[in-house]
Formats: sequence, C-alpha cells, structure tokens
Amino acid sequence: MELSQTNNKSLSTNFFALAITMLILGISFGLLGALQYAIPGFLKEVFSFEKVRPLHVSSVVFWIILAAIGSVIVYLQEFGQIKIYSNKLLRIQFYLFVVSIILIISSYFLGRFGGKEYWEFPPIISIFILLAWILFLVNFLKTIKRLKYMPVFVWMWLTGIVFFLFTFLESYLWLLPYFKTNIVNDMTIQWKANGSMVGSWNMLIYGSSIYLMDKISGDQKYSNSKIAYALFFLGLINLLFNWGHHIYTLPTHGYIKHISYVVSMTEFIILGKIIYQWKASLSVAKKHFHLLSYRFLAAADVWLFLNLFLAILMSIPVLNVFTHGTHITVAHVMGTTIGINTFLLLAFCFDIFKDKITLTNKWKSIVNTSFWITNISFLFFWCTLILIGILKAKWQMNQTIVSFSSFMIQLQPLFYVFFFSGFCLSIGIIVITIPLVKAFKMKKVISHDFSN
Amino acid sequence: MAYRQVVILFSILVASFLIYSFYLYNNLPFKPSVINKESLNGKDIWQEKNCNACHQIYGLGGFLGPDLTNVYSLKSPEYIKAFIISGTAVMPKFNLTNNEINSLLAYLKSVDASGNADPKKITLNINGTISN
Repeated sequence: MELSQTNNKSLSTNFFALAITMLILGISFGLLGALQYAIPGFLKEVFSFEKVRPLHVSSVVFWIILAAIGSVIVYLQEFGQIKIYSNKLLRIQFYLFVVSIILIISSYFLGRFGGKEYWEFPPIISIFILLAWILFLVNFLKTIKRLKYMPVFVWMWLTGIVFFLFTFLESYLWLLPYFKTNIVNDMTIQWKANGSMVGSWNMLIYGSSIYLMDKISGDQKYSNSKIAYALFFLGLINLLFNWGHHIYTLPTHGYIKHISYVVSMTEFIILGKIIYQWKASLSVAKKHFHLLSYRFLAAADVWLFLNLFLAILMSIPVLNVFTHGTHITVAHVMGTTIGINTFLLLAFCFDIFKDKITLTNKWKSIVNTSFWITNISFLFFWCTLILIGILKAKWQMNQTIVSFSSFMIQLQPLFYVFFFSGFCLSIGIIVITIPLVKAFKMKKVISHDFSN
Repeated sequence: MAYRQVVILFSILVASFLIYSFYLYNNLPFKPSVINKESLNGKDIWQEKNCNACHQIYGLGGFLGPDLTNVYSLKSPEYIKAFIISGTAVMPKFNLTNNEINSLLAYLKSVDASGNADPKKITLNINGTISN
C-alpha cells in the first residue's frame, strides 16, 4: 500500500500543516470563548464573543476540511497506486484556501461579518472556498477514472465532495430575495444546507477511516462487503434527509420534520451494529493499541457510540423540545467534532506521517499520558455541557421565575468546570500534535508523495 | 456489491434528494411576503454585527445571550432599545445609529410575528412527534 518515496516536499504535508495550525487556533479561540462564559464580560470591549465564536468555529471547520482533503489525497493515491491527476490544481486549491483563511480571520478580527452560521464572514470571501472545492472535485474525478474498481470508501469520498459543493452553494441561497424575505423560509433552507454539509465532510472522514481500518487489518474484505455498502447507503440517506431535526421547533412544513424523524431513527441500526460488534472490536483494539493511529480510531469508536446515542435521543421530536436551544446541542457538536472527527483525523495524520515520527521513550510516555488526559478531560467537558444543558432545559420550561442573566450567574461554577476541563483537553491535544509538527518540518522523505 | 447496483441505488437517492430539494424551494413554508425594507435592513445589521453568535432565533445560534424570537412581544421596543444602546455586563455597546436601531427593531418585530419559540407552548404527541 506504499507509494514510492521521493525527496520532494509533498503538497499533502501543506494541507496537514495548515490543518494543524487551524486546529491549534480553533482550540485557543475555543478556550477564550469558554473563559468568556466563566467570567462574564471578559474582554467585552476589545475582543467580544461575537468575534471569538466565529473565529473558533471557522478555525475548527477548516481543520476538519483541510485534514479531510489531505487524507483523501494521500489515501486515494496509496490505494490506487496512482498519482493525483494534477499537482497544479492541487497547489492552486491549497493557496485558494490560504487566501480565504487569511481574509476570513482578518474580517473577524476587524468585526466585519455579514454571513450566517457556519460562514459568518462577508459572503464575497466564499468565492475562494467555492473555487478551491471545484478544483478538488475536478482533480478527484479525473483521478478516480484511472482506478480499477471503486470500494466503498471511494464512493464515500465522492459523495462527500459532491454534496459539500451542493450544500455550500445552497447555504448561500439566502442572498436571493426569494429566500431572504421570510425568516422561517430562510432558516429552513439554511439548516437544510448546514445539516447535510456536516454529513458531507463526515463522509470524507468516515471513508478514510474505513480505508485505514482495512490497511491496519491487512485485508480489504470489509470495504467491499455488503454490510459496508448497506451502512454507506444508510449514512447517505441520513445525510440527504435527516437535516430536519435541527428545526423541529421552527414553524415550517410538518413533512420535513416527519421525514427527518423517521430517517433519524434508522441510526438505531448503526448503534445496534456497534453494540453487536463490541466484543470483536475490543479484541482487535487490544491487538493494535500500540499503534498511535489505531489508538485514535478506537477512541473515536467509543465517542461515536456515545454521541450517536445522544443524537438519536435528540432526533426524537418530543425530547428535542427539551434539548433544543440548550448546551446538550453543544455537547453533541463538541462530541462529534472532537471525539469523532478530530480523533479520526489525528489517526490519519499519525498513519500518514508514521515514517517521519520517531518517538523516544520519553516522548512515547508523554504522548500516551496526553492521550488519556485528552480523553478523560473530554469526558468531563462533555458531561458538564450535558449537565448545563439539562439545567437550561429546566429553566426554559420555567423561565418566568428566574431571569436569563440570573440563571447564567447560577451556572457560573459549572462554566468554570467547563473551562478547566476544556483547558486540560486543549493541553492534551496540543501536546499530541507536537510530534506531527516536528514531522511536517522534516524536509527529508515523505512516504506518500505524488509530485509529478 | 456489484458496481451497477451501487450506481443505480446511488442515482435513485441523489435524484430523490434533488426532487425533494427543488420541491421545497418551490413550496417554501411561507409565500415570500412583500419586502419590508426596514426589516430587511435590520436582518442585514443582525448579520453584520453577528448577533447570532450570542443570541438564538428559534433556539438556533449562540448560548451566551437569551433567545430573541419573541422578545419583541414579551418585552417592548423601548426595553430592547435600552439594551442595544447601553449594552450589558456581557454585551458590548455596538454604537448603532438611530436608524440602525429602528431597523433592528423592525427585524425583531417580523421574527416575533413569524411564530412562537416557547417550548412550553409546543404540544407533545404520544407518537414522539410535536405540534407547534
């Protein structure tokens, strides 16, 4: 599964290096945001929350999509033993992302917004992301034409790339007066786009995780099996039709909610599969736990189980009435972006750069400790958010008794726990990325080069 | 799984999604109303100041501030105006002009008129669904 080694600096390293930079930035802005919850009014006049939150969200979104792109580029070539169609397109794509990131961060620092969640920057900047993604699609399609066959993970990558493009364009329909003039119409389309967009980048990541699992286990039985395709189609149905669970409480069409409710419940099948395979997964985990990449895959599996359970509960409309608009939603978002996406992406990084990472015993111990600090502090972080969410749900049902500001003051001790666990989590993740940053700096030999 | 089967299934799902999407675009929940220019200006200000980072509309947005879907009818325009002008212990002063504040109020009025976001007023059904 290895491509020939060359001495040229790989373009994929640039994607990963930029991705890790965005991860560290995202973590830092996230910590600052958490501190603003714990200390009301902290940096209010100079760097208030309406700047910090989009800086955190956009940085993390770029970490996810850049690392996902990097993984797809490397694994596609590794799997097919082919080079990417065009390095030039890839280079242009990378610099388009660099320009968009610089413009976005600058606009946020200057307090220039104008967009909507998750893209709060002035809409004009989105052109760079759009162009970059079109180039990615062209490069990908031209490359897969040369594959002898398409296992499930290639289908997942294709799905992720195509639907990200579709939903990204859809997320800007609000610019048209036809959609913009009514708040309910606008929000319906916005969350249709956002819901499916998350599913799209998840397809890229889950596709790569299936490839990596096959690679570690040494055979490709799973990625060509009926069960793999069945789960892919189940995931695709959810990507396409379950977005309505974001807007159950919005006075929009009833059928949107009913379709979403029914489709979301099919996720019980995935949950059942995880429970059914639990014992087998454990024995495989014991066998490969010494591999850093596998360790993160195993951790992501546990978080997938927890978050899927939470997501299913939140997708039942009568329960969603209580969880919606509370920090339980935040717990779910953090659970998926950190526990699943980030852990899987770190697994890909440690696999792709394994030839460049030589850990001394001291560093092995540091990374091992950081892995456990990350997971344990993340569990506290996640549980604290759920607890805050439960209290918020209770307040929402009795809000005439206590004002919002008094309620937030009551929550302050929990916001401190939220900040402190977030701090430990951040330290854990940052320490884990140090060997990767060192690997990016090495000019010599990268095992997955595709320079023409 | 055979390549042909995968292509057929994939195509059916994608086609269903496109039909669903375009059906929805053509049949939006509310027929586009006559454009209320002041309210639209208010919507632009809402986005330009990124109010959604802290506040929610129908429970969607940031959680540092309260949900503002029905603040217009629950409080009063004067009450909201005072908050915008003075800021709070958490919210900075945004130094908006009078015209901008009025536009923002017009926007919040139109949001308020669109429906109710109070979870207490939602009916829970035995089959797990809800009625607004």
